[in-house]
Amino acid sequence: MSLVFAGICSHAPGITGRAQMADQAMREEFYRAYHGMGEALAAAQPEVLIIVAAEHFANFFMNNMPAFAVGMAGSYEGPIEDPQWLGIPRVTIPGNAPLSLRLIRDMMQTVDLSYAEEWKFDHGVMVPLSFLTPRYDLPVIPVNINCQGPPLAPLHRAWALGEALRRAADSSPERIALVGTGGISHWPATPDSGRVNEPWDREFLRRWQSNDKAAMLSYTDEGTYREAGQGGFEIRTLISIAAAARGQGRVQHYRPIPIFAVGCTVATMSIGA
Amino acid sequence: MQKFLFDINRDPELQRQCRADLPAILKRYELSGEERGALEAGDIGLIYVLGANGQLLMHYAAFLGMPWADYLGAMRSGVTRHGPVRAGVYSMTTRLDEKVADL
Repeated sequence: MSLVFAGICSHAPGITGRAQMADQAMREEFYRAYHGMGEALAAAQPEVLIIVAAEHFANFFMNNMPAFAVGMAGSYEGPIEDPQWLGIPRVTIPGNAPLSLRLIRDMMQTVDLSYAEEWKFDHGVMVPLSFLTPRYDLPVIPVNINCQGPPLAPLHRAWALGEALRRAADSSPERIALVGTGGISHWPATPDSGRVNEPWDREFLRRWQSNDKAAMLSYTDEGTYREAGQGGFEIRTLISIAAAARGQGRVQHYRPIPIFAVGCTVATMSIGA
Repeated sequence: MQKFLFDINRDPELQRQCRADLPAILKRYELSGEERGALEAGDIGLIYVLGANGQLLMHYAAFLGMPWADYLGAMRSGVTRHGPVRAGVYSMTTRLDEKVADL
């Protein structure tokens, strides 16, 4: 078997941590779309969820920063943040260490990876899981792309990571769901938190939906920083999903919600041949 | 300075020790006088201007009991008092009096 589901979604901590500060109608519309993605994921009957995230100095720091890392643990604890602050209780989430090992070995044929048997999930993984698998019972394998501490891997390497994920998934008997989480334009945790460049986001989503590799890889970090903020570096996670899925995307929800500090996105992609 | 923030954010025991005697804990870290003073004072605005990554700083602000709106305000206040952010990629791009998230 291979991929049975692919999608992308936002992970900003305000989505759960500052839920009550948002406009109720906007919040509920977004939550419905997010839960709907969880239902679609469940309907695909995956045995494991690979989640490509952009970590935020929770496990990896500037003393030893991997461009790409894959979890290889039997289980993962999260959130690493104060559960009350994030609005998500601390739980233990099952992993799948033997599958991690097989995926990593295959991916290493084309991408140099770090791997970790110890990994605590931050909001980048926990916010999506709280909507997609709220019982935290589906085994998860985390993949991290450094979008936090420059120098960052070039976008074409994020694409290569996605290709390697797909190749490794294709050689696995398990039914695998793949979700990428990240913001598009946003300026999180700065005084500009809440700023979103909606036209930039919509253009990125247009390129992502049509799986236009050349257009997605044409962004530069300098341009992204200027137009989409430091949070825009997280497009790497979304690009890797397009590379892996090889399909066409469909956006179920996009709307900036300033108190959540991001254009709140839920989208899925068909699995191409 | 960022190493201290990274450590305290992920270590409940270190958080407990810092509540008991922050200056003693800070002696373990290589800090400039300005960084040490900002941390001892809990001056989020100055820590921000000195270049702390926001993903580290927002959790430290929460550890200090600072609500979200106050955290955003403290960073703006820091830029007003000390000038633009001096390092890193978490600089401020809006006007000093702008309220981006309606806060």
